Amino acid sequence: MKIAGLRRPAASTLAAVFALFLCVAVALTQTQTVPVPSGHNPVYDELEKVPEKARSRPNPLERDPDAPVAGKKLFEDHCAECHGDAAAGRKRGPGLRAEEVQQSSPGALFWILTNGVVRHGMPVWSKLPEPQRWQIVTYLKTLGSAPPGAH
Amino acid sequence: MNHAVFANQSQLGRAPGRSPIRRQALLPQLAARGIRRFHATGGIIRNVCLGFAVFACALSWCPRSFAQESPYIVTYDHYLEEPGSLDVEYYSTFGTQRAGNDFHAYWIEFEYGATAWWTTELYFDGQTTFGDSSLFTGFRWENRFRLLQREHFINPVLYVEYEQTSGADKILKEVEGHDVESDYGEPNATLSKEHDHEMEFKLLLSRNTHGWNFAVNPIMTKNLSNDPWEFGYGMGASRPLALKASAQRCNLCPENFVAGVEMYGGLGDRYHSGLHNTSQYIAPVLAWNLPSDWTFRLSTGFGLNDNSHRFLLRWGVSREFPGFGQAIERLFGGKR
Repeated sequence: MKIAGLRRPAASTLAAVFALFLCVAVALTQTQTVPVPSGHNPVYDELEKVPEKARSRPNPLERDPDAPVAGKKLFEDHCAECHGDAAAGRKRGPGLRAEEVQQSSPGALFWILTNGVVRHGMPVWSKLPEPQRWQIVTYLKTLGSAPPGAH
Repeated sequence: MNHAVFANQSQLGRAPGRSPIRRQALLPQLAARGIRRFHATGGIIRNVCLGFAVFACALSWCPRSFAQESPYIVTYDHYLEEPGSLDVEYYSTFGTQRAGNDFHAYWIEFEYGATAWWTTELYFDGQTTFGDSSLFTGFRWENRFRLLQREHFINPVLYVEYEQTSGADKILKEVEGHDVESDYGEPNATLSKEHDHEMEFKLLLSRNTHGWNFAVNPIMTKNLSNDPWEFGYGMGASRPLALKASAQRCNLCPENFVAGVEMYGGLGDRYHSGLHNTSQYIAPVLAWNLPSDWTFRLSTGFGLNDNSHRFLLRWGVSREFPGFGQAIERLFGGKR
């Protein structure tokens, strides 16, 4: 479809802008922080920095029988892309079956989920309503040290 | 935007008393100006089909992820695109026009999460004015920077945008300065002669509490010519219909719907600030986040004063591609 207003100079400008956009995207992906999926990950250290008040916060959905199932669904939707389908970790996100994570309090996990670890590439997830974040935490706590694929 | 002051009736307009014969008589004049005119309805169908074709091609490409998008179309909250994800969005705005022709403006945007604190976005805009013509109206390059690492009582994000558009741009992505309805009433041939190079700055202030999101965006715009700074605002409130996720995967679960309202308008310029001679809108908004990565948005905007379009119907569809960054990286030989 030929569209009035799209003259040749405009078309070349568009092509240049789009090429620049792609270059920026590529350059940035090459320089992303790359956590190590296995072993100690610096992101785990963030769990130590959670304020005491947040750490001691109880999980209101701990006894909700639907919470782990709903949390698993939410995890697959929002978290698995970086942390892996079995939460075993990927290039972009550390494993969540690790001892450091499983021994953390639900409140600490909720705080990390809410605030993210922005400088290490984890976005804030406070856009999920609070009950949904607790559902994810409930699911994570059910993983324990179970081998990947057990759930 | 700094449109010429509305002086002439639209040459092809459907102003009261204008006869079809008069419209026919004007067509050769427009053809002589090099404007390709086609039937307005056909144009819209072609544009919509083009938009859907882009999304249909992309449908089978990406892994599972679930977009949790806000329903706002003008207002921004403080959430950025997830790092490495590409969000492709198509939006339409149908607007009524007094003393002129109604229009259908549309834009496609490519939103990429460069890092967890930086999102960059590219827009391409166009419009069809009924009974006149369709034309490409420009592009915008927007960047959003998260200023604070953690969540706070209010979360600020800095928004910087460069836009190169023509005066015929009608997407009304934001309203600022003394933008009023009559600016858009002239024929495209006249409006497209004006070229705007603008820098736009916003401070996106947003807070989530008890399931609600509240967002306020003060806007400052500087045309890179000698025009004064212009001001505007956007603000909104929204909430999912349910806060807890259901255990089953479903399309119509209430937690997939986010409803709200947004309000936006101009606040004058450096020399004449305030609400005088500005346009103001209020718009209920609704987003439907589908588990298949698609998000649909609908907004019905109503002008709040005589300077505003009476009605703006907006809708949009978006698809998120998580892992786009990694796919590009692999394409250029990066390690898995």
